[in-house]
Amino acid sequence: MREVVAEFRNPVFLYSMGKDSTTMLHIARKAFYPARPPFPFLHIATTWDFQDMIVYRDLLVQALGIELRVHTNQEGLARGINPFASGSSMHAQVMSTEGLKQALDKWKFDAAFGGGRRDEEKSRAKERIFSFRTPQHTWDPRNQRPELWNLYNTRVSRGESIRVFPLSNWTEVDIWSYIRAEEIPVVPLYFSKPRPVVDRNGAIILVDDERMPVEPTEVQTKLVRFRTLGCYPLTGGMESSSRDVDDIVAEMLSSRKSERQGRLIDHDEAASMERKKREGYF
Amino acid sequence: MTTSETLAPSSELTKSLLRFITCGSVDDGKSTLIGRLLYDAKMIFDDQLSTLERDSRKHGTVGDEIDLALLVDGLEAEREQGITIDVAYRFFTTDRRSFIVADTPGHEQYTRNMATGASTADAAIILVDARKGILTQTKRHTYICSLLGIQNIVLAINKMDLVDFAGERFFKIVSEYIGFAQSLGFGNIRPVPISARFGDNVANKSQRMSWYDGPSILAHLEKIPIADREGTGPFRFPVQWVNRPNLDFRGLAGTVASGRIEVGEEVQVVSSSKRSRVSRIVTFDGDLTVAEAGQAVTLMLEKDVDVTRGDLLCRPDATPDIADQFQGHLLWMGDDPMLQGRSYFLRLGTATVPVRVTTLKTKIDINTLEARPGRTLALNEIGVCTFAAAHPLPIESYADHRRTGSFILIDRATNATVGAGMVQYALRRATNIQRQLHTIDKGARARLSGQKPVILWFTGLSGSGKSTIADMVESGLHRRGVQTMLLDGDNMRHGLNSDLGFTTADRVENIRRVGEVAKLFVDAGLVLLCCFISPFAQDRASIRELVGVDEFIEIFVDVPIEECRKRDPKGLYKKADAGEITNFTGIDSAYEPPIDPEIRVDGMRETAKAASDRIISWLMSRGGGVDDGGI
Repeated sequence: MREVVAEFRNPVFLYSMGKDSTTMLHIARKAFYPARPPFPFLHIATTWDFQDMIVYRDLLVQALGIELRVHTNQEGLARGINPFASGSSMHAQVMSTEGLKQALDKWKFDAAFGGGRRDEEKSRAKERIFSFRTPQHTWDPRNQRPELWNLYNTRVSRGESIRVFPLSNWTEVDIWSYIRAEEIPVVPLYFSKPRPVVDRNGAIILVDDERMPVEPTEVQTKLVRFRTLGCYPLTGGMESSSRDVDDIVAEMLSSRKSERQGRLIDHDEAASMERKKREGYF
Repeated sequence: MTTSETLAPSSELTKSLLRFITCGSVDDGKSTLIGRLLYDAKMIFDDQLSTLERDSRKHGTVGDEIDLALLVDGLEAEREQGITIDVAYRFFTTDRRSFIVADTPGHEQYTRNMATGASTADAAIILVDARKGILTQTKRHTYICSLLGIQNIVLAINKMDLVDFAGERFFKIVSEYIGFAQSLGFGNIRPVPISARFGDNVANKSQRMSWYDGPSILAHLEKIPIADREGTGPFRFPVQWVNRPNLDFRGLAGTVASGRIEVGEEVQVVSSSKRSRVSRIVTFDGDLTVAEAGQAVTLMLEKDVDVTRGDLLCRPDATPDIADQFQGHLLWMGDDPMLQGRSYFLRLGTATVPVRVTTLKTKIDINTLEARPGRTLALNEIGVCTFAAAHPLPIESYADHRRTGSFILIDRATNATVGAGMVQYALRRATNIQRQLHTIDKGARARLSGQKPVILWFTGLSGSGKSTIADMVESGLHRRGVQTMLLDGDNMRHGLNSDLGFTTADRVENIRRVGEVAKLFVDAGLVLLCCFISPFAQDRASIRELVGVDEFIEIFVDVPIEECRKRDPKGLYKKADAGEITNFTGIDSAYEPPIDPEIRVDGMRETAKAASDRIISWLMSRGGGVDDGGI
């Protein structure tokens, strides 16, 4: 992270409130201590984020005194894009991917930190720590810069940018063990509690606000937690009794399901993540 | 990303982490082996398994079984082609250890990707198909592992199920491999017979190879010692970023590359030799009294000395060499070939400076490990080069300092990473000698002696008559009062070059030394006659570059090999034909004739006397030997 601050004019930290970017935020505080992280934090709001995430975000920003910028794809909103009518991939493409590109262009960021990890998904396993993007923000997996030792090539031309993944070599268990060891506060959605949910194609979906179209009879209250966080209508929860970080670490070590299993957009096709990344998804 | 490096992986903080790479040729079963390791280590989740079952039906190559290779072949394109294109990193954990696997491609064109994976690895699994045995690629992969300093090799002989689990086949391959690899300096080579497809000796010991009493691959990987080379080395701290949150705080942020430092100890800034003491070691979790290799910290110094990003801190009693010229191995990763003399950016430690490749000394054929002369390096080629940086840098050998002895080259136009390098040593002439301006130079010496210094370089096959002609030329010049000197195989190979033989590499080095000596004689103001077979055009060209434009006269004594063999004044051809001498030029070693020599002697038609007279008059007509502008 210091590497990026030393070499780039205008870096930004992509903050999603999830456990990975929260862990990365903690590391940023450590890396620049006693200074504050010398870059702004960017949240791409799709307007479908879990309410708890927004509450948590605002508390954290206040507590740490960091600079937060929020961007929403207004053009997408105006077109009426939403997860129910437009479908999950269209929604992700317009509100997340396009929204991110707009924000990067608007503020002319030349480097962006992301919380991606190589263990998440097959195409992420090949991501570089310093990942080069064309001026159109696209990723060419065939033309990546080799990364040897700890020597990163940080040079870019005008308009080009770099995505930086400091947590590339971490696994999900690493993240939780670290959160436990460092006592990092995370969004309460990761911990189990009775929540109103519905079944959508086998996924447990939280009824987070009144926009969720539901039949009154189908809403059930279940002991549910979330393993990853995205847009609430697209993020499946899991039945669990893990109420704190210790429970989660224990559950993780015995789990037979992968983390992104709860993400509806990844299952469209096996190679969907790679395709999204080439288009500029984080 | 020093911070994350220091911390990862934190899964179970006491567990050690082993990084390893897998290498092998296409279809040796690398991806299957990794899939098998992940599967047997129970790292495959249920939903990934169901995706896998679906994909196996679509792309799989093993019929109705689950194709474990599909677990790791990440990118769409390679799933369709059935080969691994890029480096992919996988993670798994056992009760004893955490692992990061770099899965690297087998094809020759992906040497750079393999080197990428190898640069951070502690161990390498080299896969061999039991049916095919050791291939050229096996040797290439092994060499790259040794070049990048990997100590532990696991020789996994795969597909034992297809050779009926025969121990005989296994031992034959192992002994062939050891014969090849023993000179490459590995700490440990562990051969294991496996079947990745069926899991024999991967995570569990096979019941089908009772003749094998060693460990499974996983059991061995759990026990490989992880060398703490950085921890025991001298203190090195590349300054990454100067942290100045306010006027009262000025800290130097970075990661300790090797060694340790305590509060109160004296440190030295390598570039300026300025010294100060460490007053605080600052971290988010409170100040430390000591910082060790791998820790990301912020150092405060007692008195402010000038330090910026790119500087290196060390202890005053253990400083690295400082030089602007150095020699090292270079693996070329660019699509456009490496060009001598072109300026690139060098990234060494945290410093980035312009650098030029001054000489490609030898190219290494990674399939045979032979050194060859060359002018350029193409993608995936490796060479030994000398470099000249825009300003002096701390230069340490990669063998002893993996962190501070490694570098990359960046193309200044495209910003692509085009080379990866490993420092061998600093070239001392760089800073100490060239910058010293001597009052008496070549011109002054030449004026005093009244002659124009020049090299007469005689090249040609053994027995072509080079020495005879040169002897006559020297006598003639001597009679005219010209001060001369003669270098030939006799006075060079028996003295200065007595450590060199006749392999290509030694021939290249022999001529390089001769060139350096010749340059000194030219500086001394003499007319120097050099008689060497000097078979490679590149080497002769590099000597021409050492001296002034008109100071190198190439004389080609052109006699066909049949005639030389007939003359055979020293009986060498007879011995070479009988196989008593190897690497004999013209027989089993090449001779590259000069294309455009200053003087060509036709040894079939011209006598030695006639040739020497012609050479002397050629020299005199050009003011050579005797300097008309002199006394």
